[in-house]
Amino acid sequence: MLKNREISAVELVDCFLDRIQRYEALNAFITIDEDGARANALASDNLRSKGFFTPLSGIPLAHKDIFCTKDLRTTCGSRMLENFVSPYNATIVDKLEEAGAILIGKTNMDEFAMGSSTETSYFGPTLNPWNLKRVAGGSSGGSASAVAARLVPIATGTDTGGSIRQPASFCGLTGLKPSYGRVSRYGMIAYASSLDQGGPIAQCVEDAALMLQYMAGFDEKDSTCLKKPVPNYTEGLNNSISGLKIGVPKEFFDTALNESILNANHDALSELEKLGAKLVDVSLPNSFFGIPCYYVIAPAEASSNLSRYDGVRYGYRTNTYNDLDQMYSRTRAEGFGEEVKRRIMIGTFALSSGYYNAYYEKAQKIRRLISDDFQRAFSECDYIAGPTSPTTAFALGEKLSDPISMYLSDIFTITVNLAGIPAISMPVGFDTKKLPIGLQLIGRSFDEAGLLNVAYKYQQATDWHLHLPEGFLK
Amino acid sequence: MIWETVIGLEIHVQLLTNSKIFSSASTNFGAEPNSQANEVDVALPGVLPVMNKKAAMMAVRFGLAIGAEINKHSIFARKNYFYPDLPKGYQISQYELPIVSGGMINMTINKNPKTVRITRAHLEEDAGKLLHKEAEGTSYVDLNRAGTPLLEVVSEPDLRSPEEAVAYLKKIHKLVTYLEICDGNMEEGSFRCDANISVRLSGKTKLGTRCELKNLNSFRFVEQGLNFEIKRQIDILENGGQVKQETRLFDSELGVTRTMRGKEDAHDYRYFPDPDLPPLVISDNILASIKSELPELPDVRFERLINEYNISESEAELLTSKKELADFFEKTVDYCKDSRNTVNWIITELLAYTNREEIEFKDNPISPQMLGQLIIKINDNTISGKIAKEVFQTMWNEGGDPEKIISEKNLKQITDFGELELIIDEVLSEHSIQVEQYRNGQEKVLGFLIGKVMKATKGKANPPTVNTILKTKLREN
Repeated sequence: MLKNREISAVELVDCFLDRIQRYEALNAFITIDEDGARANALASDNLRSKGFFTPLSGIPLAHKDIFCTKDLRTTCGSRMLENFVSPYNATIVDKLEEAGAILIGKTNMDEFAMGSSTETSYFGPTLNPWNLKRVAGGSSGGSASAVAARLVPIATGTDTGGSIRQPASFCGLTGLKPSYGRVSRYGMIAYASSLDQGGPIAQCVEDAALMLQYMAGFDEKDSTCLKKPVPNYTEGLNNSISGLKIGVPKEFFDTALNESILNANHDALSELEKLGAKLVDVSLPNSFFGIPCYYVIAPAEASSNLSRYDGVRYGYRTNTYNDLDQMYSRTRAEGFGEEVKRRIMIGTFALSSGYYNAYYEKAQKIRRLISDDFQRAFSECDYIAGPTSPTTAFALGEKLSDPISMYLSDIFTITVNLAGIPAISMPVGFDTKKLPIGLQLIGRSFDEAGLLNVAYKYQQATDWHLHLPEGFLK
Repeated sequence: MIWETVIGLEIHVQLLTNSKIFSSASTNFGAEPNSQANEVDVALPGVLPVMNKKAAMMAVRFGLAIGAEINKHSIFARKNYFYPDLPKGYQISQYELPIVSGGMINMTINKNPKTVRITRAHLEEDAGKLLHKEAEGTSYVDLNRAGTPLLEVVSEPDLRSPEEAVAYLKKIHKLVTYLEICDGNMEEGSFRCDANISVRLSGKTKLGTRCELKNLNSFRFVEQGLNFEIKRQIDILENGGQVKQETRLFDSELGVTRTMRGKEDAHDYRYFPDPDLPPLVISDNILASIKSELPELPDVRFERLINEYNISESEAELLTSKKELADFFEKTVDYCKDSRNTVNWIITELLAYTNREEIEFKDNPISPQMLGQLIIKINDNTISGKIAKEVFQTMWNEGGDPEKIISEKNLKQITDFGELELIIDEVLSEHSIQVEQYRNGQEKVLGFLIGKVMKATKGKANPPTVNTILKTKLREN
């Protein structure tokens, strides 16, 4: 419609701003940039009239509030950064801006991306548009809720243990976690540096492919970002998947899964078979070490990454202190929430002298085993499929007081981060409560194009991704 | 009781890169506080480090120069602790796998050979600086220095006296300045040293309890601090006490060391590999190219200068104390082909001038060509040595080449015998008393008369010539 000038970017932005205001109760956004969005939309319309545009020109976009944006505050869902305004843009913020997308606001998230429900945010939980008493998932819950309620057509997320895929699954969306090193982490506030990766959250595969096109690529500011050419993700869609082998790991289906999740996943696999794929049994025997392994490595890295929030240079500082030690301890005690403090303590312990070998070093060995599992499986198949999450969206407050059960929500997604490989979650049905169910496709390192293609073929044959939550109809 | 001192040094060598080790900010010294700290140095949320390859190359240069093993894969690790001058709350350093392992330094102490083993040399970033305003009760943080590249050189506890420690420190200082990886400026903190020191009864092999001394910011302070500490530790032990393992700060005003923190307050640094930085890889190609570009090392040059130029050990020692000094010497000799006069002129004039004016040798206004030409003018009797000093002074103060100065100031020696004879005759007639004295056997008077002739010629006469003519004339009549 933008292309044919049936609608202007300004009108489009106004339309979404209007919806954001109308559905404010979802608490999907932390900060909204109405003036900036309108100004950029106007500029975009001008450029288009002069013939300058890309497929993303004029498309409203929301960033998870973990990406630093110049002149627009970046809170990371924390009191610590409640008023923090970055003097620089994250690399992907620049890239999407250059691509012509219009930043409309920053979305809610678990504090420092630590959580699976967006309930640990200092700015309160985000609600799931499919059921307002349920969580949107996390940590990129704000982005998922916003896209699901059509408050914005596309949004970015980050995924350290499942934080793009699980909320996409809970909200009936398509979310891609790229391979580690595919998307620059510069300006993406670090939680667990060896696992964090930014990616798209969208209504369908095409939108996700388009976003990834502009997000991916080498960045000299990120030493862990790989110098690999970026394929054309949209052109690669709609290739035949006939003959592709899809591995079905028994470990992902053997658990006491909810019947509707099992059924929806089996149906989706049958659909892929119909499209020509072959299903093969594979095994990922070390999968269940994923959670304990992750909860050593991620908190260890986090405990160090979050040391910079000390009240000295920026961010929150306590009001009353007598000496330096008190300034540090009060600032961090008051500035961080419970879950963040829990993980900092776990991580500090795991790295402590005398415990390092037993925890951090051992976890790294297990990480290697988990990665080897995938390597082995990929010698027998091209993709691996299974449920994204063991449950559909759970009730607000249900798991907040029980960290272990919250952590288990990421049981199927976490090993992918540990192995550094890409995975996509897409909607494959609804449970009896009309809550979306997701299926996760896992690919070989840097095979985002292949993943997108398989998911696209599935979406061409089904319409789960076209369902809208009641009450949010356009 | 006879006590033996055991010392190991940790030297922080600030590498001469233009930008910081993990950011593109400048490393210039003395800028406005925080004007040379970018978002990476300030540790804003979301920033990431990118390794400065030049710093790694410099570390390799050092490693090759001390015959160490260069680790083709080395790992950056985070050293975690809280302090306001450490913006990230951790310092990026190297822990388990440093870039340089092993190596040694050979030196001569009181004519005896001494080898000091190097444990390791690793890359790390410097912290910022705190500025305490006591009157305000406030402290300020200047992050200009944060992220400056350092090479930490750790020695084995092979040093047995403060004298050896200082000699070793000077040797490393000379080496890193020769390699052009450090400016060696101790006042600005470009070359710093911490010392681990313990004492034990002579003959024992078990090490005593050590203390770490910090703030030893000059060669003199190293010696003072260590001497104080030896005496302190021996006093404790001889009075039946025990040395406490602790970190002590040297107070240069009082010449004493004081407890900074005890072992019980030692940090648990929780080292772990930095996930933001892949292993630092040194390829065979890079290694070979650094090897081929390695300059001649001071020890090798010392031997060569003695053999090639027939100069003494102490002269060679002095000339190789700085690379630019030895370079200057060789370039001058290359020009004038007279190593003897070159070394004399450098030591008695050039170094005397630079010392008097308190400037660095490299900043002196004389070029090897200027000095070489001057020496040629002496050797071909164009000017006397005395006049040459005058020419040198003019070169120093006003610049210009010696040839030009000599002709402009009309300083050429009087080689015309007739002209010289006239002047001598005049001097003799004016000093008939001295002439008489000489003829009566007081030959010492000759010197007085030569002086008068030289004065009359404004130094332009050639003294041996004057001498000969005078003697002849005095014998006459």
